[in-house]
Amino acid sequence: MPSRRLLRFITCGSVDDGKSTLIGRLLYEGNLIFDDQRAALEADSRKVGTQGGDLDFALLLDGLMAEREQAITIDVAYRFFSTATRTFIVADTPGHEQYTRNMITGASTADAAILLVDATRGLVTQTRRHSYLAWLLGIRHVVLAVNKMDLVDYAQARFAAIEAAYRAFAAQIGLPHICCIPVSALKGDNVLTPSARMAWYDGPTLLGHLETIDVDSASLEGAPFRVPVQWVNRPHADFRGFTGMVVSGTIHPGDRVRVQPSGRESRVARIVGYEADLDRAVAGQSVTLTLADEVDVSRGDVICSAESPAAVADQFEATIVWMSDQPMLPGRPYWLKIGARTVTGTISHLKHRVNVNTLEHLAAKRLQLNEIGVCNLAVDRPIAFDPYRDNRDTGGFILIDRVSNDTVGAGLLHFALRRSQNIHWQPTDIGKEARSVQKGQKACVLWFTGLSGAGKSTIANLVDRQLYVRGLHTYLLDGDNVRHGLNRDLGFTDEDRVENIRRVAEVAKLMVDAGLIVLVSFISPFRAERTMARELVGADEFIEIFVDAPLAVAESRDPKGLYRKARLGQLQNFTGIDSPYERPEDPEIRIDTTSTTAESAAARIIAFLEDRTTAPGR
Amino acid sequence: MPLTHLQQLEAESIHIMREVVAEAEKPVMLYSIGKDSSVMLHLAMKAFYPAKPRFPLLHVDTTWKFREMYEFRDRMAKEKGIELLVHVNQEGLRMGIDPFVHGSSVHTDVMKTQSLKQALDAHGFDVVLAGARRDEEKSRAKERIFSLRSAQHRWDPKNQRPEVWRVYNCRKQPGQSIRVFPLSNWTEGDVWEYIDRENVPVVPLYFAKLRPVVERDGALILVDDDRMPLYAGEAPTMRMVRFRTLGCYPLTGAMESTADTVPAIVQEMRRARTSERQGRIIDHDSTGSMERKKQEGYF
Repeated sequence: MPSRRLLRFITCGSVDDGKSTLIGRLLYEGNLIFDDQRAALEADSRKVGTQGGDLDFALLLDGLMAEREQAITIDVAYRFFSTATRTFIVADTPGHEQYTRNMITGASTADAAILLVDATRGLVTQTRRHSYLAWLLGIRHVVLAVNKMDLVDYAQARFAAIEAAYRAFAAQIGLPHICCIPVSALKGDNVLTPSARMAWYDGPTLLGHLETIDVDSASLEGAPFRVPVQWVNRPHADFRGFTGMVVSGTIHPGDRVRVQPSGRESRVARIVGYEADLDRAVAGQSVTLTLADEVDVSRGDVICSAESPAAVADQFEATIVWMSDQPMLPGRPYWLKIGARTVTGTISHLKHRVNVNTLEHLAAKRLQLNEIGVCNLAVDRPIAFDPYRDNRDTGGFILIDRVSNDTVGAGLLHFALRRSQNIHWQPTDIGKEARSVQKGQKACVLWFTGLSGAGKSTIANLVDRQLYVRGLHTYLLDGDNVRHGLNRDLGFTDEDRVENIRRVAEVAKLMVDAGLIVLVSFISPFRAERTMARELVGADEFIEIFVDAPLAVAESRDPKGLYRKARLGQLQNFTGIDSPYERPEDPEIRIDTTSTTAESAAARIIAFLEDRTTAPGR
Repeated sequence: MPLTHLQQLEAESIHIMREVVAEAEKPVMLYSIGKDSSVMLHLAMKAFYPAKPRFPLLHVDTTWKFREMYEFRDRMAKEKGIELLVHVNQEGLRMGIDPFVHGSSVHTDVMKTQSLKQALDAHGFDVVLAGARRDEEKSRAKERIFSLRSAQHRWDPKNQRPEVWRVYNCRKQPGQSIRVFPLSNWTEGDVWEYIDRENVPVVPLYFAKLRPVVERDGALILVDDDRMPLYAGEAPTMRMVRFRTLGCYPLTGAMESTADTVPAIVQEMRRARTSERQGRIIDHDSTGSMERKKQEGYF
């Protein structure tokens, strides 16, 4: 049985470049389509085809009913074929507006990219966009397939002009290995067999080239050793195996390793195999390692070569590709998953957005669906990493929305920010506990959230007065008041609302550290930021109070006349009118203001505090 | 030596299984007794060695599988020392669902799709490993490795999560579940080459042998038990046949073949001119039938 190697490639092209025809041709001529599939293709071509009576190869790839009905491709499709020397996995990505999101999915695992251009049209905007994305994701091998040569009379000059233009562009962005091939997918020239009609071309056919691309596995095996630990295998007390995929490098029993981010070192004792132990493991293998010493290793740690371990940091510069309908807002916390570790990540500063068609840098405050930006990124604890350019697995991450749990972004780490290495938390001698005890109370945050006019400030004021009367030490942070000072530079866009809450949460946290009972009265419309505040302060010391009033009720009260203005269009981004309010799902206290007076609401909150003994009555 | 494609596929599948075990609250592996399930079980044994796989096997039984499949299933669970859960749709049994009487659509919906949903809900499994491959069918070719399902087990092909690098998003809302396909990138040929390389045990029905079959609507149906009604003029004849896929015996056509060893099957696969699903009667029901079944919660 000949052992074959795997090549994963992606095909990119705009709508009419003949991408489906090319893949269909590859599979069809390579006898890679079964008779029953061919019969189905012939029937489908007659029924819903767009090629007159001819075979419509696009139908081989467009598998979903909706795609056939609308004659569009919705999602990345994977196709498989193999030749005597190689096995191929093709990720075919559609060319419409969802392109970036799909291409990132397909390209992230690809070794090579085939870019199609139409010989009659030459390079187009999309060619540049696809090339940029291929470069960004680190695809080292790009094949420019100049298609529809039959429509330009197989003219060498036409091909040469397109090739020269493309090589100039590729050099500008820094794509390393380029191969340009003139083809006609429709007629079959230079796809599997050399074209007699283009005798002037002496390079490889498309398939011939794909069979010989060197995927650099040697250099990956020579790179520094890394295993992100997925799962600790402890079947009994005498065995502790660390499982994961070797994402780069080579390892032998006896090799010295360092576990990041902890920095502890040990030696590999065994590479445990199912039938027998291994004397060597290389990049691409899933392994189980045991170490010579009892070192603490858990899921998400990275076992590295001791000589050149992964770096450790908590602030980075990174490129983010945004893939959600909900915009990326700086300051909002997201789950960040890198390797097997999930932490909380926040975009601290969006430096610029990249126009993927022109490569221009543009100023931006947020990223929309399919936009790409360069930003500063902070995570809530140090993580092991390598720059993405050096290692896709230890430098690439995804961002997950903390409310919907959807994957909303993909990111590539560039480097650690120096500030993360130079600023350390300064421990102080007197802590939160001591300060609380001195005041005879237990510090906490009472976080009042709800629509404008729901009654937050009224109730918070009553609670504040009653706690004061009891001799407790409190402070009331009111949304409007804070916007007069600390947050006077912020408006009411989504980005500014996120930053508004972040600052107030940080202030509340400092005040809790000072031993105070802090009352925060802010609309705080987004679940994500309230969750951030809860985590910043600590769940034990965070009491979320939902002051619940139906919009119609709050609007009818309208104590500040703001709803009226918003309805007249004089106020933009007003919560409840043209900006959303996300109701708390599980608040500690919910106050229904349609059936409760402010006084009894305050009494309930005081009772709640007494129950928690955070406010011992004196 | 760089890794071969089979080594790469194996490593990817093991990585996926470990990720599931590390992140799922209550994972389970569907076990349909076929060759893909055999490979899945073998990979799971390797992934968690020296521990046992950290999930039970679940067989959604229609009560219409081949007899040899039941024998093989029980032997495997015992030999590997893994918990095997078997679920039968009792309501379907009471209704007397019979593929010979009710046809493949009703049988598949009641005894497979609905039954699977019952089993998942009853046990509260949140992540379900299954052996589907992308080369099997066109709508599968577009499904993610980690595929989110709604609380009603529905698949929404237009709203799939991007799946980038090897970083899988295993998070979900309460009620949602994730179906995970570690063999997504394997082909039928890869499965057989791997069975050959690793000596993975498979049900003997895959190997050619003289078996009693009747030819019906162009398919060779094995007379596996006396529940099979014979129509006028039908008489079982002994023919040298094997099965390319296994399912419910009334719905699974045999193929004429002399391949009685794994290497012979690998050779036969290379020359194959039809796809493996040709022997499955459920796919021929209507265009887009698999996509529709998947949206309803079928695997």
